[in-house]
Amino acid sequence: MCLGIPGQVVELLDSENQLAKVEVTGVRRTINVALLENEHLQEGDWVLIHVGFALSKIDEAEARLTLDALKLVGQAYTDEAAAVRQSRITPTTSAIGG
Amino acid sequence: MRFVDEYRDPAAARTLIARIHALAGDDHFKFMEVCGGHTHTIYRHGIEHLLPSNVEMVHGPGCPVCVIPMGRVDDAIALAETPGVIFTSFADMMRVPGSRGSLLEAKARGADVRFVYSPLDALRIAMEHPDKPVVFFAVGFETTAPSTGVTVLEARAHAIDNFSVFCNHVTVVPPIKAILESPDLRLDGFVGPGHVSTVIGNRPYRLVSEVYGKPFVTAGFEPLDILQAIAMLLAQIREGRCEVENQYTRVVRDEGNPRALAVLEQVFELRPDFEWRGLGSISQSALKLRAEFASWDAELLYEVPGVRVADPKACQCGEVLKGALKPWECKVFGTACTPETPIGTCMVSSEGACAAYYNFGRLHRETAATMGRSA
Ligand code: SF4
Repeated sequence: MCLGIPGQVVELLDSENQLAKVEVTGVRRTINVALLENEHLQEGDWVLIHVGFALSKIDEAEARLTLDALKLVGQAYTDEAAAVRQSRITPTTSAIGG
Repeated sequence: MRFVDEYRDPAAARTLIARIHALAGDDHFKFMEVCGGHTHTIYRHGIEHLLPSNVEMVHGPGCPVCVIPMGRVDDAIALAETPGVIFTSFADMMRVPGSRGSLLEAKARGADVRFVYSPLDALRIAMEHPDKPVVFFAVGFETTAPSTGVTVLEARAHAIDNFSVFCNHVTVVPPIKAILESPDLRLDGFVGPGHVSTVIGNRPYRLVSEVYGKPFVTAGFEPLDILQAIAMLLAQIREGRCEVENQYTRVVRDEGNPRALAVLEQVFELRPDFEWRGLGSISQSALKLRAEFASWDAELLYEVPGVRVADPKACQCGEVLKGALKPWECKVFGTACTPETPIGTCMVSSEGACAAYYNFGRLHRETAATMGRSA
């Protein structure tokens, strides 16, 4: 869970819930971007994702470097990628019918 | 140098290794890499065999799964076995042994334990099951604590009151301080954690250089990053400097992530003390929810045993976490304790030093032995 995994922002989804759709390890998942509130995140930007949250903005070269390094560690990367795949983050407002 | 040829930029690696040899000369140096991710890179890429034999790397306590003590795992299992509760946890924690087995075994006995990727996945489960209490087993350093914080704020904003957090978040500087104060270990400097520093920045480490007089270099996860950080540590020592430096400027800013720090401040407060596996009780080293979030604090909502449980006799994880013992020096390493049948936590998490060494180190040690240290 300490390993960050790079993802590319595909769509800024929902400013109220601060969610974005990212492409990460070849799948599209929703993540929370509240912790990058002041970073003017845009579609196409790369971010480092920890447990469903974008924690830092990175450039594309860094994203590739991190991904390559991650793939080399093997099991830890496979586990993280599998965990990401089963994530289903949804807007919290849906709890109150929003 | 077989390992170097596998590097992204073998020429740069060779230059760094030559620089490390030149700076180290004949003196002995012992550096600690704090983070489990670095331990992994060091074994995966055979870095210890590329370093001169007088530059030794010891592994630190920076694997959040490894430092959770038995008693807290027992508390988690008690929560998971509370009738009606859905207990959610990161996959890494599922196999950590408590005194009555692991969460995975509790699940096999019938507890509703589910593994989640994110605290927000746990919150979603709570939204989908409004009639059931959902508890999230929050672990991790400052890297994951802000995520738990945002999730608790969301739960409050949307009045999701069947969700709570069993908070085991820990902070990274106090164990470093504890290690510096322990008499067993003479360290010459630290390779600082990368990702946790994206949150807290580099300022909190000044304690290490200013009070304890040890150089500290925050580093990235690539083998070249680690080699460069070691060269930077040696250069500081040779030039008579003692500072906090940032090798990982590509990602880590000195001030960290101010938004994440604000969330930590808003949601959590420091516990007076917290038990760490192998390191004992360390004051002000862990986080709990502030009183205003009591309705989301599982420790206040449920009875947890809260008992301190001694580690199994055979287990030497404490020594490994302090860097006093190398994984292969533990008596049960690779025999009774393997990733399939872990006795200690360092073998469970893929970031743990024993698991990293089990997966990569042995192989590399054998290769290195047959190849010699031809640099
Ligand atoms: S080999 Fe097992 S028991 Fe020994 S220190 Fe490592 S994890 Fe702990």
